[in-house]
Amino acid sequence: MPDERQVADDELQPAPVIAPGYTFGTVTDQISSVVLTRRTPVFWMACFGVGFALLLLFLWAVALLFLKGTGIWGIRMPVAWGFAITNFVWWIGIGHAGTLISAILLLLNQRWRNSINRFAEAMTLFAVACAGMFPLLHLGRPWLFYWLFPYPNTMGVQPQFRSPLVWDVFAVSTYATVSAMFWFVGLLPDLATLRDRARNRVARGLYGIFAMGWRGSARHWTNYETASLLLAGLATPLVLSVHTVVSFDFTIAIVPGWHSTFFPPYFVAGAIYSGFAMVLVLAIPLRWVYGLEGLITDKHLDNSAKVMLATGLIVAYAYILEGFTAWYSGNVYEAAAIWHRMTGPYASVYWSLVTCNIVAPQFLWIKRVRGNPILLFIFSIIVLVGMWLERYVIIVTSLAQDFVPSSWGLFHATRWDWATYVGTIGLFLFLFFLFIRLLPMISIFEVRTLLPQAKVEEEPQG
Amino acid sequence: MRPPIYGVMAEFDNPTALVNAAREARARGYRKLDAYSPFPIEELAEALHLPKSKLPIIVLIGGILGGLTGYLMQYYVTVIYFPINIAGRPLHSWPMYIVITFELTILFAAISAVLGLLALCGLPMPYHPAFNVPRFAHASRNRFFLCIEATDPLFERRATEEFLERLEAREVCEVAH
Repeated sequence: MPDERQVADDELQPAPVIAPGYTFGTVTDQISSVVLTRRTPVFWMACFGVGFALLLLFLWAVALLFLKGTGIWGIRMPVAWGFAITNFVWWIGIGHAGTLISAILLLLNQRWRNSINRFAEAMTLFAVACAGMFPLLHLGRPWLFYWLFPYPNTMGVQPQFRSPLVWDVFAVSTYATVSAMFWFVGLLPDLATLRDRARNRVARGLYGIFAMGWRGSARHWTNYETASLLLAGLATPLVLSVHTVVSFDFTIAIVPGWHSTFFPPYFVAGAIYSGFAMVLVLAIPLRWVYGLEGLITDKHLDNSAKVMLATGLIVAYAYILEGFTAWYSGNVYEAAAIWHRMTGPYASVYWSLVTCNIVAPQFLWIKRVRGNPILLFIFSIIVLVGMWLERYVIIVTSLAQDFVPSSWGLFHATRWDWATYVGTIGLFLFLFFLFIRLLPMISIFEVRTLLPQAKVEEEPQG
Repeated sequence: MRPPIYGVMAEFDNPTALVNAAREARARGYRKLDAYSPFPIEELAEALHLPKSKLPIIVLIGGILGGLTGYLMQYYVTVIYFPINIAGRPLHSWPMYIVITFELTILFAAISAVLGLLALCGLPMPYHPAFNVPRFAHASRNRFFLCIEATDPLFERRATEEFLERLEAREVCEVAH
């Protein structure tokens, strides 16, 4: 019979972040072998195939959009934003979890993040790429997108810097640039590892070019550590500002249901909520297919589920407060906007969103649910759907029924709305699985630092 | 005159041995040293007496330039180049400039962090003698290296090699140019 004290100790010991038994060599080999092998798993082929097929659908929808204009979508006055902006906000929110994991958790010294930050950052990058598609395509004349930037031009006009839509351009393009640079800096030492381990001459040459001669010198590492911390320090306020600026698109307007000061924190919490759901949706199948359970452990899934639960509760609080302010403000238009959401033509969407975002995640309080990857995967999908519905409800219901009933009008999505939306999921899968095949999905050098033998044993100074 | 070899390199099994070797080499008076490891080791910088990174000041300057660029660009456009009078509201509407000023501060600071990192590390560097050591490929996997360069005033081929061999090194070899 096990010693009672021992059992108590075992339960109190936190679960290890990395399974025991790894060495610097085996960590390196296991992660780099996913990239450097000639064999490609069927799972990868299947996911990449689906992604590629949907990407073609996206290209088809976009080609048609270029030919015929935004009329192929269901956007009609008064709902001019429809799917495009819903998808934009949804995608960019998903990206935020990647920056949160890579930057904020780095600053907070949460070392468990080291084995999930790389693919979460890749997720950020590709989600921002998908997000960026929508405002561009929604422009109507997407080929003139550069008019959004201030540049000397013969027309003698300039962007309106007092408009939140122009702030969006700056926020999102800064976010995309900084995320890409942060990701590349994180990859540098691992690219050097791949360069040194690749057998194929072409692969070695390419990894070598991108590794730029990195040799792991102590002088490199001191600058590198400083750079990572500084970039994390810069990315942290940036990520909070991006979704805040996105929420300004709504909150600066006077449309009932938008004109509210709690949108920024509410949007940021929602972004992290959906982002962690996406992290789980990606991590659970990947660690199973590539046998990475020792590196992306149950501890990671458990922590991500807890973050999801916490941000989900903030989002739930925001929904409740939305109803409360509408009632307490005494403003008939605000009250009517919320009442229309709950009982009007979009009531089914509203109540599905409440079910997905508020009711479903309450199961995450149960430890057994958080410990079961299949259930977690299902709940994450539910949250992703719920957050999409939330964006849809905020945008469409507020525009459909605003002040004067004579100007009301409903939004009906067309098949091209769906094709563009599903198409960007294809773009995301396509890019993400290319990344999985070509670059290490787990940061090798950061996982090395998690191993117990990475600690320098100091001799007692005599 | 260029010395005949780049230096002498010793290979170690674990970070502790590398840090101890780096300390002893410093204590012995060697100054042209570099250590190579597959992950950052905090104690190593201190053992080698490396100066603090100059990156923070570069990033600070980048951030200030970014902020100024953002603010002045908006001021120039909205007040001087393309003023729009909307119901007599002030042209210099500074609260509306904050978002873009902030974003450009971050953008310029981040770009200077990345370019500064590359510049301070001397990257991209297409050739470095360390890679002439065949075992050096393991520096990015699981081995730790200490190199004493030939430009060090105390460097003497035989003596330096013997000194390194005494430091629990797995292997000591010469690094060709």
